[in-house]
Amino acid sequence: MSDLAADAGPAQRLGSRLPPTAALLSLAVLGFWILAALAGPALLPHGPADFVTDDGFAPASAAHPLGTDYLGRDMLARLVAAARSTLAISLLATLGAHLIGDTLGILAALRGGVLDQVLSRVAEVMLSMPKLIVGLVVIAVVGPSATVLVAVTAAVYAATVFRISRAIALDLVALDFIRAARLRGESMGWLIFGELLPNMLPLLAADFALRMSFSILFMSNLSFLGLGLQPPAADWGGLVRENLEGLASGSPAALYPTLAIGSVTIALNLLVDRWGSTARPREALH
Amino acid sequence: MRRGLGRLLATRLLGAGAVLLTVSLLVFAGGEMLPGDVAQIMLGEGASEAEVAQLRRQLNLDRPAPERYLDWLGGMAQGDWGVSYTTKRPIGEILPVRARNTALLTVLTVLVAVPVALGLGVLMALFAGTVFDRGLSVLLLGLSAMPEFLIATAGVLVFAVRLQWLPAISSVSPDAGLADAARALALPVLTLSLIIVAQIARMTRATLVGLADRPFIEMAQLKGASRLRVLLVHALANAIGPLANIVTLNIAFLVSGVVVVETIFAVPGLAQLMINAVSNRDMPVVEACAMIFCTTYVLLLLAADLFGAAFNPRLRRSAR
Repeated sequence: MSDLAADAGPAQRLGSRLPPTAALLSLAVLGFWILAALAGPALLPHGPADFVTDDGFAPASAAHPLGTDYLGRDMLARLVAAARSTLAISLLATLGAHLIGDTLGILAALRGGVLDQVLSRVAEVMLSMPKLIVGLVVIAVVGPSATVLVAVTAAVYAATVFRISRAIALDLVALDFIRAARLRGESMGWLIFGELLPNMLPLLAADFALRMSFSILFMSNLSFLGLGLQPPAADWGGLVRENLEGLASGSPAALYPTLAIGSVTIALNLLVDRWGSTARPREALH
Repeated sequence: MRRGLGRLLATRLLGAGAVLLTVSLLVFAGGEMLPGDVAQIMLGEGASEAEVAQLRRQLNLDRPAPERYLDWLGGMAQGDWGVSYTTKRPIGEILPVRARNTALLTVLTVLVAVPVALGLGVLMALFAGTVFDRGLSVLLLGLSAMPEFLIATAGVLVFAVRLQWLPAISSVSPDAGLADAARALALPVLTLSLIIVAQIARMTRATLVGLADRPFIEMAQLKGASRLRVLLVHALANAIGPLANIVTLNIAFLVSGVVVVETIFAVPGLAQLMINAVSNRDMPVVEACAMIFCTTYVLLLLAADLFGAAFNPRLRRSAR
């Protein structure tokens, strides 16, 4: 329905080329969080569920560099544990969205006909609903959990990915090398994996990074609303929710996870802006 | 040409209607999938068999699903939204006040954000490539990549906690004066505005810069028109369709922002009602709110689509 939104796409190429420092900084930020998520929990003295001080919102100290949270748990340990769940869930969800969206998008472009019609209509209906509202209705029915979070996030973005990969594949299918391959009588498998996918990969990779940043924002919103991971487990959005009341009394505990989310999503966006902008498939997050 | 536009309008309206009908089916199916007997849940464990049976009859739960779906649709059209499972009050009594607050929040945001965003976009296009443009581009990219609650949290921290200018929580009572309501809504509106300004300004700039290498712009430049005149007269006139499209789309995309902002600032709006209903699994309320949000969204997307088409002669002619 919103085909015209894509009008702004190619034009953005002419615009902001960012200096390489921004891209390098983005890579460093992403590397830092990936390392923290992988190695952090093993290196830190406290677990994310250990109560280390008697009252909540203790200020930063040598033992607790980021202070403690509203229940007196080490904020650094919570932040690192949440990095693990946030990155894992958003990565799984993005993988799911791309697996479904790319497969169906390429099939629709290659086969055309009824299959294309049906899939495109389904995608249109899905894109006609605000993603957060879809998520809320699903969670109202099945209840919140990590699995639901992955499934819902993957499902709401699959339709967008489908549209993008279908559009990219359609552009290629009209080109001579695909027509030649078809005339040679190549199999469907070769057409997809030998001819189409290698040429789509850069664009799909750019979309993957962008989609992952949207997934993080989407799941953070749900967790922030109390409808994502349930306590004591928490992702970054959940940590903000838990510690929000501390802001009024001057505790910065809620700021660390917000900064974490902001740093990762901005880094992903800057990277796509730098390397993926040749045909930036920017669709809005909502 | 006129006929083309009329046909386009008709097909798009039909399309939107079909989409809404599908959406309503999905939402209703969601409510049906809720595990457990609703009447039993509403009455609690201690209820007798006869009481449960009576409530089931009252709620029409003993009738087949397709019949109840049609009833539900017809009821909504007449303002009868069903009964909340938790409060047991008719939903139609709660909705108007909630919807009014959400509408107020959204309209204020649009009034504040759209002129600012368009102005910024034009300025960035005018000074494209300069330090001002690059710096603002990065800043706006950063803003649009931030979750809504980050911007809201920062707002609370600065304006409510540090400066104490504005209340952190905005309870708008129905009889509050305009000034009080405005003060209470200042932070939520500011937060939502920041979100939408970033997107619209970026897209406005991209649209205007994208026009720069078109022949008619070159022509105007060769005639010796000034940079400002070329942009404001020649480029902007041709960008009205795309810009109207961008603005309307971004208003539609405000939905998730509204949900988050209403929760943070405790604005007693539709979104807050829905979040509470989701936590309590109060399906009739969830369904009602979901339908209102989805309908608004679909209508805004439709408007965006039509704005784009109405100003694009090529699309107008080839309307399917």
